[in-house]
Amino acid sequence: MFKKILSPVDLAHADKLEKALAVTGELARSYGAEVCFVGVTGPTPSELARNPKEYAKQLAKFAAEQGTKLGVATSSHMIVSTDPAVQMNQELEAAVDKIGADLVVMATHPPGVSDYFWSGHGAHLAAHSDASVMLIRG
Amino acid sequence: MADQSTDTDEAAGIPTPDGTTHLIDTEYEIGEDNVEGNVGPFGFDIHNPVFLISGLSIVAFVFYTLALPEQSNSLFSWLFGAVTKGFDWFFISAANIFVLFCLVLIVTPWGNVRLGGTEATPDYTYVGWFAMLFAAGMGIGLMFYGVSEPMSHFSSSFGGTAAENGMRTDWAPLGGAEGDEAAAVRLGMAATIFHWGLHPWAIYAIVALSLALFSYNKGLPLTIRSAFYPIFGDAVWGWVGHVIDTLAVFATLFGLATSLGFGATQANAGLNELFGVPVGATTEVILISVITAIALISVLRGLDGGVKVLSEINMGLAFLLLIFVLLVGPTIYLVKLFFSSLAAYIQYLPALSNPIGREDVNFSQGWTSFYWAWWISWSPFVGMFIARVSRGRTVREFIICVLLIPSMVCVLWMSVFGGTALYQVVNEGYTVAQDASLELKLFKMLDVLPLASITSLVGIILVVVFFVTSSDSGSLVIDTITAGGKIDAPVPQRAFWCIFEGAVAIVLLLSAGGLQSLQSMVISTGLPFTVVLLLMCVAIGKGLASERRSIKDAD
Repeated sequence: MFKKILSPVDLAHADKLEKALAVTGELARSYGAEVCFVGVTGPTPSELARNPKEYAKQLAKFAAEQGTKLGVATSSHMIVSTDPAVQMNQELEAAVDKIGADLVVMATHPPGVSDYFWSGHGAHLAAHSDASVMLIRG
Repeated sequence: MADQSTDTDEAAGIPTPDGTTHLIDTEYEIGEDNVEGNVGPFGFDIHNPVFLISGLSIVAFVFYTLALPEQSNSLFSWLFGAVTKGFDWFFISAANIFVLFCLVLIVTPWGNVRLGGTEATPDYTYVGWFAMLFAAGMGIGLMFYGVSEPMSHFSSSFGGTAAENGMRTDWAPLGGAEGDEAAAVRLGMAATIFHWGLHPWAIYAIVALSLALFSYNKGLPLTIRSAFYPIFGDAVWGWVGHVIDTLAVFATLFGLATSLGFGATQANAGLNELFGVPVGATTEVILISVITAIALISVLRGLDGGVKVLSEINMGLAFLLLIFVLLVGPTIYLVKLFFSSLAAYIQYLPALSNPIGREDVNFSQGWTSFYWAWWISWSPFVGMFIARVSRGRTVREFIICVLLIPSMVCVLWMSVFGGTALYQVVNEGYTVAQDASLELKLFKMLDVLPLASITSLVGIILVVVFFVTSSDSGSLVIDTITAGGKIDAPVPQRAFWCIFEGAVAIVLLLSAGGLQSLQSMVISTGLPFTVVLLLMCVAIGKGLASERRSIKDAD
């Protein structure tokens, strides 16, 4: 039913992803799908990596570790965004098309007041991309 | 946006999008001094203590100017006078060094170094990049001074020199051109271009280049203090760095707030001229609120969706206005003037940039020294913004596009706008623009050209949008500095700075003389920043040298 699952990850807060990752792994195994981990970074140095090259390596390492841990085929895809705080929605939307993902599984925060001003990434994807979207409350 | 897919099944398949760079080894982790949390529903991620100190000291300064207007005014204007008059030789020499340093970078092998590493690709097209650096850099000044400055220098040159007790009392540049209209036009244009040409852009280029180099190639956070790493080492992560960053935030916010106040005055004058909108505090407060609101939408839409789009719209409009004035104005005269002004600029450049033994004290201190201090006090903001959008360019390309092309555009702009007004005075005897107040000169000049009501409206829109583009890019810069170099801090934070800036502008506008005295103070910060910029030249030299070495080693 699903061939490629896109899993957006924030490497800076990987500890909060446990539940979402477990669900992603289970779905991937039952559908025999590949999981593509997508990470967004800025062109400037961040707390994770000093340039996009370093970030790509870390993301690839993360994907490989998860592949072993979850027992599924994984890959990784880095997005370099000039303004990650704001342009994340559009970048993720483009990544879904580019990778050809048919399902997005992502961790999300409980809805709050600020969601009235800025829609969450998951909500945006559900509204704007062709893929199915599953949001996992942490 | 750039995409990079990797296949983890093959370890060798890891891409190296950035190629060779020479990273600086430092124990400092970006964000290690940051505090994260929530205020109500809004998250924040700020650098401690830069955010708090700069925020509180800005509030303290505003209160000081409000509570003791006379004392603060006399203090700041004394400071301003002492800085621009006492250190004119320093500003003028330093600016010459910046220009020479940039020109040297173009022709040496250092120019081959690519910002972001040997394989980096530019984030923006030439059009988008150029529009943004222009809109942040001096767009608004061109609207303000495009007509008035050539006019001022022409009049003072034409008036000739006057002396009292051996000191020149006139404002003419160099020796003036008493009674000689053609020579006064040449000298007036040369003096104007001098203030808007190579020197200001070299100042911006130095700051932008050092930040881009130390962030993209050396892996240090995108904040002003990083450029000092080669000089202070790990001490930049401590108090030295906090002071540098706070000073930068301070100069940027007050620079923006005071310009916002003055810009509202010009837009108000234009609206009054065109539609009879009353001139006064109410209209100006509404204008600042509108400008801030549009800037807020722009920062919330982000760099690509907001700032870039507005900058491109603005550049398009400004270009149309330029072409329009060129065509309906005295076209042949303007084209000739463009080339003769360029020649005059080159001819007078050595004399105008001479730092010592100047006889034209009023001109060299009141104009040149003032301008240099002004550009330098703006340079942390403009430089950091240019750095943010310049990844992937080589140093040579960067200098050509940040120094030479904008300088040429300024020559063209000044020739067309100033030239049309000068032509009106010299050949047509129309002196209304010459006699009008500073903020009205542009509109009076457009008045006698065809379609005046449309072009004046375009002029007002340009003034407003140039302010929006300064305000939104300024908010992004302040947000990044106060987040310790992080560009992905929560969005409400940049909204905070944008609104704060508008609020400070309104408060200062409503207080008598508040704008004036704080602007004097901001320009005075040009003095410490000149030292900062000189140190940056040293840091750039060191940084580029180590880049070249690591590229050679990699080969």
